Order: sequence, then structure tokens, then C-alpha cells
Amino acid sequence: MAVLVIAEHDNTSVKDMTNKVVTAAKAMGAEVDVLVAGSNAGSAAAAAAKIDGVRKVLHADGATLAKQMAEPLEALIVPLMSGYDAVLFPASTTGKNAAPRVAAKLDVMQVSGVIGVEGADTFVRPIYAGNAIITVKDEQSKKVLVVQPTAFKAAGNGGSTSVETIAAPAGPFKSAFVSEEMAKSDRPELTAAKRIVSGGRALGSSEEFHKVLEPLADKLGAAVGASRAAVDAGYAPNDYQVGQTGKVVAPELYVAIGISGAIQHLAGMKDSKVIVAINKDEDAPIFQVADYGLVADYKTAVPELMEELTKAGL
Amino acid sequence: MKVLVPVKRVLDYNLKVRVKPDGSGVDLSNLKMSINPFCEIAIEEAVRMKEGGGGHAKDSATEVVAVSIGPEQSQETLRNALAIGADRGILVKADGEVEPLAVAKILKGVIDAEKPDLVILGKQAIDDDNNATAQMLAALLDWPQATFASKIVLAGSKATVTREVDGGLQTLDIDLPAIISTDLRLNEPRYASLPNIMKAKKKPIDVKAPSDYGVDTAPRLKTIKTTEPGKRQAGIKVKTPAELVGKLKEAGVI
Repeated sequence: MAVLVIAEHDNTSVKDMTNKVVTAAKAMGAEVDVLVAGSNAGSAAAAAAKIDGVRKVLHADGATLAKQMAEPLEALIVPLMSGYDAVLFPASTTGKNAAPRVAAKLDVMQVSGVIGVEGADTFVRPIYAGNAIITVKDEQSKKVLVVQPTAFKAAGNGGSTSVETIAAPAGPFKSAFVSEEMAKSDRPELTAAKRIVSGGRALGSSEEFHKVLEPLADKLGAAVGASRAAVDAGYAPNDYQVGQTGKVVAPELYVAIGISGAIQHLAGMKDSKVIVAINKDEDAPIFQVADYGLVADYKTAVPELMEELTKAGL
Repeated sequence: MKVLVPVKRVLDYNLKVRVKPDGSGVDLSNLKMSINPFCEIAIEEAVRMKEGGGGHAKDSATEVVAVSIGPEQSQETLRNALAIGADRGILVKADGEVEPLAVAKILKGVIDAEKPDLVILGKQAIDDDNNATAQMLAALLDWPQATFASKIVLAGSKATVTREVDGGLQTLDIDLPAIISTDLRLNEPRYASLPNIMKAKKKPIDVKAPSDYGVDTAPRLKTIKTTEPGKRQAGIKVKTPAELVGKLKEAGVI
């Protein structure tokens, strides 16, 4: 049995979530190949070849793959599937965008949001924002999985395997990249951060959100996140959103400030190692999952916390 | 331009699902069901294209057709879409779970008959959380797709769509006909007014069956167990930020 893992990369380096999906693939008891589809992505392909336990790396390079859009990825991956029993995508926006296209073309129902692999055909996934967990048996002859990387340990980078070059799809395609606006930040990326400071609706405005959270995040070397309520209210951009409809994170430290703890938010952060909640409402549901709860107004608590962290040498 | 909007009936956004004690599934009996929030955003956008609003010229859409695949009660979901401003509905009656692949196949059948220029769907249903139907439908039709849309600008035979992607925003041009899936910030759906709710009762709904489109809805995936998620133990309350920092040091996370 052989499976194909679709690498998450930026044409230069391979993101850690790729290593995590490789771990999920290995749990299927399969030979694992990794596909790096990009443009001028030689160094990403070379990095993928170092992931432990990978049989080989397939590297498709061409202008049509520069932005890893859904149509060219479908055109590239579907024919490759004659040689594989399963394909695993990371649950990134790129993976979520392309996987169902591949599945439909293969006449396969995909398994989304996989958080557990119990053998070659049995997978665990959350439904209802993580309020129920189902175990599904997938007996289709080809399988398409979208894997939640935070649920798996990253495979190491001590390997060295070969890179095989394959052709990129020629096109033309009916969609064209126009532009992108990526948030520029020196802070770590939300899904990869070891610490996250997250804010909710209680912060009251966009100015307050940034003024309160960013200095604390910088002190902790943390990424900044937000609840859906804060995003809905326009305090933070959508790519800050942690929860069922946003990102699923599992950092070592998650500090929730002015977040009540709606079900859909908890679904995105409850696997964090240590959760801190600061909220002036002592009945807020966030306290039911917090390791350390501080019932206080963030307006006084956060400045004091900053001071204490300074005293502690941060 | 004709716009088709599929809508799904799901457990109301504000309610928490119960797992059946015997692990055989979730218990939805006597719980309020509503239109999936992302589908509501899709209907709102289509209606704005018709009425003029949200940056769209009036009559950008000439007709908005809502489709729902589900049990008889999905009529209510369609009425909800009609009250927001869709012109007519199509109910494809199917009991039990219908997976996104089967939904996409049924929708392809509806689209072959209706020939819309644009299909707008919610990016994900908040019950099964699959995030798959829009992309599957695009593949079956060989149409371009723009998922997770936060802005749509129509221009002749093209649409320029801004997408919410990891780390920021991406803008694409797609040729129509096309599939768009909605993200949270595309718009804020209106509350349907009472007169519009009354008017919606008179709008036509066609009733169809999956077999009308030659689609077998038998699930491909077999759910063998449904369980409660692992419970996280509530920890302790600290009194001061100083105490908090002490605890975090002890826990080795700072």
C-alpha cells in the first residue's frame, strides 16, 4: 500500500504541518511519498526529501502551480492516483480548497478533518464543532483524507531520499490569480505558534484589540488570535480566527482575554497544553476549560500581567 | 444572470448537540433546526446581486433559485431563503444522511436543468463540518471555483473574488459559470421582515427526488462509533496576575 502526502509549502521551505501529515500517513501502515507542487520550488522539494520515513518526493514545477490553486492541483494529482491507495492533504486553506476536487474526480467521498488514524481504513474526525467525535470506516478503493495537523506529532527531518521530477499541468485553467495581500508580521504564524494570545468581543474595538493584545503577544513571543465574535465585530481580520470556522490550534500556552468561550471557539483551542482565561464574568464557559482562570477586567489585569512578566525576566 | 444557491437545514447555531449514550449517533430530537449560517450568507449575497447592494449593480442577478436537499422539513429552510429574497425553491427530498459527494451529484443534475451562471454555496455546514460540497460540485461540472469568499465583484463574463486564505487574502478572476463558497465576512445577512416572510409562503417550491437526477445517496463512509469529546478538566482560579505568572512558571510554559 502506498499513499501520497500533499506538501504544504511556500516554494522555498516546507511547513511543519507536512511533517505532521506524514505521521498520519505512516499510521496507515503505508509507504509514504510526498508531492511538492509549486513554482521554482526546488528548495522546498529538497526540504521534503529530509522528512523521516518518506519513500520518495515527487516534484512538479511550473507557472500553473505557483499559487497552488485548486484546478491545476486537481489536474496534477488525479492522474497520479493510479499509483496510490490514498492521498492526504493538510487542513490548510490550500488543502481544503483542492482535496474535494480531487475526491469528486475520483468518485470518492473524502474524510475531512482527520484527527486520528486507526489503521488503513479507519479514521477519527470531529463533527458539530468538535462536540461529537466519530470513527468512520472508509472502504472505498481510493481514499482522500484532509488531515488536521495539530492532532499529529511532526515527523523528524533526519532523512534523505530522492526527488523525482514530474511534469506540471499545462492549462489553461478557468481561474487566474490576480493578487494577494498577506498580513506582514514578525510574530509567529497562528497554527505553528508555541504561544498564542487571543482576544474576544469584550475588547470592544479594533484599536483596543491591537493595543491590548499585541504588546502582550510580543512579550510572550506569541501569535495573536481572536474569537469569531471579535472577527464578526471587525476587531480582527478573519485569518486571526480560532475555532470551528477558523483555525484549529494547539499551542503550549493559550491566553484567552475577554473571550466568553462559545462552543465553536473551544473547538479550535481546547487541545492547547495550558489554557489561561482572563474574563470579568466568572460564569464565562471559558473557565470550564482553563487551567488557570483570572476573574478580572482585562483593562487592569493585562497591564499588571505585563509588569509581572517583566519582573519574571520576560 | 441566474444565480443558484444551495441551502442546508442544520441544528441551530446556538445549540449544543447531544451524543446518544449508546454511541450510535447524535440526538437531534426536539432541537431547533435552522438554515446553515454560511448558506444564509450565500442567499444574502445572491439577493444583493438582484436588488443592488453590497457593491453589486441592481439586476446583476435576474433570478435567484434556492435548492435544498434533505427531509420534508427542509421546506422551512427554503422558505427562510425565500423570505430573504430568493425567487423560488427546489426541494430534493432525501431522508437520512446525504454525503457531500451525493449532494454535489444531485446539484449537478439541478444545474444541468437550470443552467445558472453562478452558484454560491456556504463553505461548510456546521453539522458535519466537511467543507467539501462546493469544491466537489466545481470538479463534477469542470467549472472554476473561488472558495472562502469575502468579496465578490461581478464584471461581465467574469467574477473577481477575494478569498480568505491562511495568512491573508487572495484575489482570483474566475470565468463564469463558476462556483463560489462563502466565508464569514462576505456579508451580514438581514433579518427577514414579516411581510417578506408572508410573501415567501406564496413563492413556488418544486419537489424532486435524488432518483430524478439518477443519484444514489447511499453513504460511502460508515460511521462505526460516535463519542463525546474528551473532557478537559477545569483548573484553578488565580487571584492576581502575579499568582498567574507564578503558576505559568511552575507549569514550565514561560
